[in-house]
Amino acid sequence: MKEVKCECGHINPVGTALCEACGRVVGEEAESSKLLDMRYEASPRRSQNYNRTSVDKIWSFFSSVKVGIWLIVLTLIASALGTIFPQEMYIPPNMPAVDYYEDEYGTLGKLYYQLGFHNLYSSWWYLLLIASIGISLVICSLDRVIPLYKALKNQRTAPREGFLKRQRLFGITETSGQIDLESIKKNLKNKRYSIKEENGSILAEKNRFSRWGPYVNHIGLIIFLFGGLLRFVPGMYVDEVVWVREEETIEVPGTSGQFYVKNEKFIRQLYDQEKDDQVYNEALKKNPAVIKNFQTDAVLYEKKGNTLPGEQPELKQVESHSIQVNKPMKYKDFAFYQTDYKLDEMHKMKFKLIDKKTEESFGKLTVDLYDPKKKYELGSGYSVELLNYFPDFEFGENSEPITKSRIPNNPAFVFNMKTPDKPKGETSFVAIQQTIEPQENNKYKLAFDGIETQNVSGLTIRKDMTLWYLAIGGTIFMIGVIQGAYWNHRRIWVQKKNGQVWIAAHTNKNWFGIKREISSILSGTTLNEPADQLDDKS
Amino acid sequence: MVEISSNLLYIAFVLYLIATFFFAGSIKISKDKEEKKTSRWSLIGIVITLIGFASQIGYFITRWIAGGHAPVSNLFEFTTFFGMMLVAAFIIIYFIYKTSILGVFTLPVALLVIAYASMFPREITPLIPALQSDWLHIHVTTAAAGEAILALSFAAGLIYLIKFVDQTKSSKRTFWLETTLFGLIATLGFIIVATSFSLADYESKFNWVDKRGQEAEAAYHMPALIGPHKYESVTDGSFQPLAEVPALINAMKLNTFIWSLLAGTILYLLIRLIFRKRVAAILQPLVRKIDLNLVDEIGYRSVLIGFPIFTLGALIFAMIWAQMAWTRFWGWDPKEVWALVTFLFYAAFLHLRLSKGWHGEKSAWLAVIGFVIIMFNLIAVNLIIAGLHSYA
Ligand code: HEM
Repeated sequence: MKEVKCECGHINPVGTALCEACGRVVGEEAESSKLLDMRYEASPRRSQNYNRTSVDKIWSFFSSVKVGIWLIVLTLIASALGTIFPQEMYIPPNMPAVDYYEDEYGTLGKLYYQLGFHNLYSSWWYLLLIASIGISLVICSLDRVIPLYKALKNQRTAPREGFLKRQRLFGITETSGQIDLESIKKNLKNKRYSIKEENGSILAEKNRFSRWGPYVNHIGLIIFLFGGLLRFVPGMYVDEVVWVREEETIEVPGTSGQFYVKNEKFIRQLYDQEKDDQVYNEALKKNPAVIKNFQTDAVLYEKKGNTLPGEQPELKQVESHSIQVNKPMKYKDFAFYQTDYKLDEMHKMKFKLIDKKTEESFGKLTVDLYDPKKKYELGSGYSVELLNYFPDFEFGENSEPITKSRIPNNPAFVFNMKTPDKPKGETSFVAIQQTIEPQENNKYKLAFDGIETQNVSGLTIRKDMTLWYLAIGGTIFMIGVIQGAYWNHRRIWVQKKNGQVWIAAHTNKNWFGIKREISSILSGTTLNEPADQLDDKS
Repeated sequence: MVEISSNLLYIAFVLYLIATFFFAGSIKISKDKEEKKTSRWSLIGIVITLIGFASQIGYFITRWIAGGHAPVSNLFEFTTFFGMMLVAAFIIIYFIYKTSILGVFTLPVALLVIAYASMFPREITPLIPALQSDWLHIHVTTAAAGEAILALSFAAGLIYLIKFVDQTKSSKRTFWLETTLFGLIATLGFIIVATSFSLADYESKFNWVDKRGQEAEAAYHMPALIGPHKYESVTDGSFQPLAEVPALINAMKLNTFIWSLLAGTILYLLIRLIFRKRVAAILQPLVRKIDLNLVDEIGYRSVLIGFPIFTLGALIFAMIWAQMAWTRFWGWDPKEVWALVTFLFYAAFLHLRLSKGWHGEKSAWLAVIGFVIIMFNLIAVNLIIAGLHSYA
């Protein structure tokens, strides 16, 4: 590659097609071609200028549109691949992913898992693709926007013949005698062209701003991607789930103990064939259980002052809201969403102490499954001690009782029943539907006496400070695309040259539109419409 | 109200059909250079289209009133709406470029789409909590409008290719063009088969064993060419499957698919037998007079107009709603991903065109691929991929 020398003596950088000093068409390629490549106003870009250091090489790699398109296409294909089978986050959590993909989808599923496609969108190579698009966007935009700006700013009002001739729309009208360009100028103004004149040459131009559309939208995209990155900055993003039983007040995770939320009531409604709109009947007959509403009547409290660990915090109500799907409760930067629920979860279990033979009762007790007491006094010398509690009971490997979780799905207890005649007490292992007596011959028994259930609401707590960046990025992107897509940059050159009138025109898109516009501008004059030089090629 | 609504849709359908013939007629005549008659025929065509469109709007409004929510909440409603937007997009472009030929290609596609939509259950469904939001209307309507305008570039691309591709010898191009047209014919095949069997009230039931080894029941509404895993016929005297598939594969959907292909193939072969030409070659005289540069530009403009609307509706509004309904604006759900794929595809289209000079034929092929992606997202993601989901 070497510099391009113009007739006028000016030495232009590589890639120049129009001499920077005098505006002549220069360079072998441009001179020999019939039409001028007007994409960047025929001006050179940095990526064409230098090609020596590694920085320059990286620069020209990422500024290449070809590379950009490849990146877009690769991302497209990768994204599509990720939908063949569900991603890991959508499979049931109770089964290891390894087995799940093979069981559900056979050998292909196994392969999918082995290739790591079950977590495709967080894989390093997918993120690398996205990052490369980001880098490419920055570099390609910088590479072009400055030359384009300069070229458009310094463009000639009266370009040279070679330039005009090499425009796609070009025509010459022979005129006898004087020709008045005033009416054309008036027509151009009516079409909202702005007009510059220089020695009888006219440059009419409009909608130049649309040329910045792509760069504006690229900036929007860059901000958007940047916002996506910010999620990984601590403090920007909170995503927690909390389960709150009815009547319960619980500390909100992810807020460092600042907030407490209370579930006053949880409601789940189904559509009702009788009560709801009759038009739904047909659909409800086919599929009767359609959910109408999930709702948690919630109250949000904020902690006042500092508390020592273990101390009861002082709470102040700051918000109350019926949280429904699509209607989260919002306070400060936090939003509380209705995302899950459990109906009728066991909450309290009731027992009565009886004599096994006579079935005579000596008192009742209620065990709060979330907050069991150590000892229950039944009066008259009768009491029950809770020696051990397994909220989610099962037998362990050595058939000893263990608990799977802290949720009382299958509660079991070891009780010690103290009575006046057995002051040391009798122990008994009580689980749902079974009682095991270590001594085999207890006199007393704790008989199951009912259960209290409660609804539990699953709320998602979300703070997302990145949303602002995304919203701004998205808005700028939209402005940019619309700017570039719904307007076109149009220029018309009219020049008088020894008894001839030359007309050339250029638009960055929508040639049919500019042709129609020119034809209406020239109507009523004796001038010929410029011809489309691309037409006579085909 | 529901009845009025479906009648209005029916009327719209018939009117679009009639309008297609007027547009086609205007082209036939224009060969004879009777300019005045040409414009009269296409004028009638566009007037009928407009009346049909008004009727479909009527369908939309009455159904909205009856159901209490905008009718865009299930596959039938959404697909119908997409068809309506396709007609709207055509009307707009018609008034810009005054090309009847576009009607000859767009209206049949819209007809296919609407007929296809009516193969899905048509009851008005109540809204589940996630759908109870104004964003349902905003998001779905803009997304569908964007997709419809993008789809118009498919119609333009098809016209371009039918004129441009040399039909005197067979080549890769003629092959792929025929494949594209076959896709449309197979859709018609599906509609014919599904309608016929549903008019005949066909049903045959099977017991089968699902992939967890559990007994299940399947009710076919088309004769079962493909039976489910370890099937056992329940309905006496019904057609017995020719083959059986493993439990991993949804036999009923595969069966429907095979029927559609079969019907499509028969239709296609019939056409070829009668005309003794490729389908594209039969259509070629219709487009003889068309200016290639003009259709190319119509295709490009559709993408330019549709792309921002699509982005707004299918990505931005979608994200806003997802943030409210599902707590996160983006969750890599297949439907979301395919909206992204569509977005990236048209971004690539625009770059190829602007910077790599992919005009004309290349651009037309891209428009065809774009339409395939859109239809895939519109319909197949729900039926195939989401189907896997609901299975799991
Ligand atoms: C997903 C990512 C991208 C999107 C959505 C996007 C969007 C757009 C849009 C809408 C246009 C205007 C096209 C037109 O008006 O016909 C455009 C132009 C352009 N884009 Fe991108 N773009 C993306 C990525 C890239 C990348 C990675 C590059 C880097 C090579 C790039 C380089 C360009 C260039 C050079 C132009 C033309 C500017 C001009 O000539 O005026 N784009 N882009």
